[in-house]
Amino acid sequence: MNYLELLKLAAPEAIVVISALAVLTIGLTSDRACRLASAVALLGLAISAGAVLVLPQNVTLFGGMLSLTPLASLFKIVCLALAFFTILLARTDSFTRDHAEYLAMLLLATIGLMLLVGSEELLMIFIGLELTGLSLYVLTGFARQEGRSAEAGLKYFLFGSTASAFTLFGLSLVYGMTGTTGLAAIGAKLGATPVQPLLYAGLVMTLIGFAFKIAAAPFHLWAPDAYQGAPIPSAAFIASASKVASFVVLGKLLLVGFAPIHGSADWHAAAGGWVAIIAAIAVLSIVIGNLVALVQKNLRRLLAYSAVAHAGYTLLGLAAGGREGFSATLFYTTIYAFTLVGAFGIVALVSRETGGDDLQNFAGLRARSPLLAGCMAIFLLSLAGLPPLAGFFGKFYLFSAAMRAGENHGLLWLVALALFGSLISLYYYLVVLKIVFMEADTGSLPRLQFDLTQRVTLSFLAGAILLLGILPQTLVGRILAALP
Amino acid sequence: MIAWTIYLTFGGALLCLFLPRAFSRWLALFTAAAGCAISSVAFLQTANVGPFQTIVRTPWVPALGMEYHLAVDGVSLTMVLVTGITALSAVLFSWDVEKRPNEFFFWLLLVVAGSYGVFLSADLFLFFVFYELVIVPKFFLILIWGSTNKEYGAMKLTLYSFFGGALVFIGILAAYVAGGSLDLQQLARFQFTPQLQSWAFPILFLGFAVLAGIWPLHTWAPTGHVAAPTAGSMLLAGIVMKLGGYGALRVALNLFPQGFQMWRDWIAIIAVIGIIYAAAVALRQRDLKFVIGYSSVSHMGFVLLGQASANALGLGGAVLQMFSHGVIGALLFAIAGRMIYPRTHTRDLEELAGMNLNHLMPFAAFAFVLASAASMGIPGFSGFAAEITILLGAWKAYPAAVWLTGLGMVLVAAFTLRALRKAFFGDSLHLDQTSGHERSTIDGRITVPEKLGAALLIFTTLAAGIYPKFLFDRIMPAVEAMRFLR
Repeated sequence: MNYLELLKLAAPEAIVVISALAVLTIGLTSDRACRLASAVALLGLAISAGAVLVLPQNVTLFGGMLSLTPLASLFKIVCLALAFFTILLARTDSFTRDHAEYLAMLLLATIGLMLLVGSEELLMIFIGLELTGLSLYVLTGFARQEGRSAEAGLKYFLFGSTASAFTLFGLSLVYGMTGTTGLAAIGAKLGATPVQPLLYAGLVMTLIGFAFKIAAAPFHLWAPDAYQGAPIPSAAFIASASKVASFVVLGKLLLVGFAPIHGSADWHAAAGGWVAIIAAIAVLSIVIGNLVALVQKNLRRLLAYSAVAHAGYTLLGLAAGGREGFSATLFYTTIYAFTLVGAFGIVALVSRETGGDDLQNFAGLRARSPLLAGCMAIFLLSLAGLPPLAGFFGKFYLFSAAMRAGENHGLLWLVALALFGSLISLYYYLVVLKIVFMEADTGSLPRLQFDLTQRVTLSFLAGAILLLGILPQTLVGRILAALP
Repeated sequence: MIAWTIYLTFGGALLCLFLPRAFSRWLALFTAAAGCAISSVAFLQTANVGPFQTIVRTPWVPALGMEYHLAVDGVSLTMVLVTGITALSAVLFSWDVEKRPNEFFFWLLLVVAGSYGVFLSADLFLFFVFYELVIVPKFFLILIWGSTNKEYGAMKLTLYSFFGGALVFIGILAAYVAGGSLDLQQLARFQFTPQLQSWAFPILFLGFAVLAGIWPLHTWAPTGHVAAPTAGSMLLAGIVMKLGGYGALRVALNLFPQGFQMWRDWIAIIAVIGIIYAAAVALRQRDLKFVIGYSSVSHMGFVLLGQASANALGLGGAVLQMFSHGVIGALLFAIAGRMIYPRTHTRDLEELAGMNLNHLMPFAAFAFVLASAASMGIPGFSGFAAEITILLGAWKAYPAAVWLTGLGMVLVAAFTLRALRKAFFGDSLHLDQTSGHERSTIDGRITVPEKLGAALLIFTTLAAGIYPKFLFDRIMPAVEAMRFLR
């Protein structure tokens, strides 16, 4: 393997690095090059996605450090697309004067995500996690004029670094027990030898780090502050792309690496193993996330707690395991990510015009902008899981996978709990929609002004959620084809 | 051809949303009329279809075995017909909606389209998509265009519907996972283990029964009916509650016959309690819409009783009762909500009693008398044909229930007559106390759309009452073809 070949296979990442550097340069040369910088960043992302499509999809280098599989390609494109939409919706935000630096950080975070999804090796996974994490901490604290943003950044950083420490310790234990860092090799090793208790310690510690990343209870405490305090594009990116990539890696780690010690969460045959831990985290997330979201008065906090609940639903697919469970998890988290980018896009527009993102700031939104209200309805109802939106199919897929998994409907209790959680969530989503669609008491407000790009982007996202709900085969087919 | 009811109505709904508001009500009228015409023609053309027959079938999500699969039999034809009729009259009765009419008709047609879809689906997932699709439009219809306590009513109704939907979801998943298919006919032939049926059936049935207004989970119905705008109440009483009854018959009973045998005594008991309890509560209401709302619950109790009887007569009667109550309930709500309330600005029976509406609104009084007679089950109207069939069916299975239901029917007659007397034939003593000014402000002229809508509904209930064989000819073969009866 020569370097040119390596560079060719790592071209998507390299292109994003180059565009990040280019964006930084643009920012240095001129103060007002915001539009140009965005254009370059968007172009870089688009070219990178093209490169992913062109490259071969069955190459594994260095024991899995860089693996080009259909799954990795698919989710690299998803992460690139999410970054693309985040930048599109962030173009006119005025929380910072250093727009180019902001974009560069966002691109660096994207590279971290691409490394994450494109790796099947513990060290590379950790590097990806760290690169993403460090970029996201900066992105969270980027609004330097606002105390809230700094607080959120610091909180996120402290929680995140602790979680990273756990993960690293856990990974080192796993390495110590198995003597290898490749996921497939770990799986083979664990299957061949009797499992020692220390491995479970490593497993739990690793899971803590990932539970932090996907904001699952009880490791979710950073999420409400980060979602509320961070600049809105950062929050959207944390809630979407970072989560998708984490779920992809977590799935690979558990279903490939730890496959032999899965255990069981069936109500009549519970057994120690990661399935039981995942099920416990899912239960806590669904219950805590939904109950706390009920009393929120700020939309970003509400979305944060609902994100905790959604992490719980998504974990059901992993608890179910197998190809079908993993595919359901991937479908759901992808849909969820696009929905949240759209929802945060609307929050950004509304809070720019009304100066806040409390629920009251959304009063009478329908009269001020029917398009925004309609998109908001689509996003929230998809999150609630109502047809014909993609969230409905996602939930059906997840729950049917969970139902099928255990012997004799073993995970029925988890499905019932998740459905009950959805019922609670429907209430708080409807409360938001009620505020959006009822007439405002404050008299007639001016119509919301926003430019064509945002209009098109939001309509596109809403349309995609609707279409994927009606024709889910387009995405499910791709995911299933990508899974071995 | 009947599949076009779904496509046309969805298309009409979308057009309503995007075209200028001046077009919206005409567009809605055209869409509803087309749906009604298609369903009538389809009903007339297909005599004696027998078992469920596929009309459209294409793969949808092959990875999970989902198909876009529509099928018809006599039961779904009947339900599609009542949907078409109720939808048309609901549009006629909302001719005066001035506030955000395009959105109004968008949501209204969405409910109708979803209902057509439910009645025609032969794939469990497709069925469930349409079933859940109806939930959200109801929320917005009540929230934005409703009246009395609308925010509470809208939320309660939506959460109850979703709760029922969640139970149905579990039942559907159980069938899907155990049976390995989503095709209704294939699943109906599958032998589920008795152990599975014993827990999956009650969950599935209860989920549907929530929407059908089963006691004690019926409380969303009166609150929701009262809070909804007139067309909303008409659709709720006329169609949406039937979705629950239809789902119970088509899915729960067909998939889990053994579970049904285990639980049918309980269904009968709860149905009888519901009939009597709701009628007794209706007797004590002051608000005319609440009276009608509880009467809906009482009438839907008959549907459950008919199903519990588990013979062709009872089940056929239950289907006819769904048809009949769809028309009668819609008519009652139309008169109370559209004819009386906007003109008198009250629905309080005591206040209405002082207005002598009999003289002010003769057409409304005439229509209400007919609707009341139909609701009470006077021979010649569809309610009689349906309820007598249900009772005949129930007699074979639960003679005691029939006696108790007889008591319920007396109560139904009592509250209907009370409402009728107070609303339209208030005693003359009161008349003197009402100021002449107040009466003169009431404009008793009934508009043409209202007359057309009322005439359509009255004609339907009379036709079905005088010649029920017309409906039974289609219903009975379909019911008898259902596997669990054999």
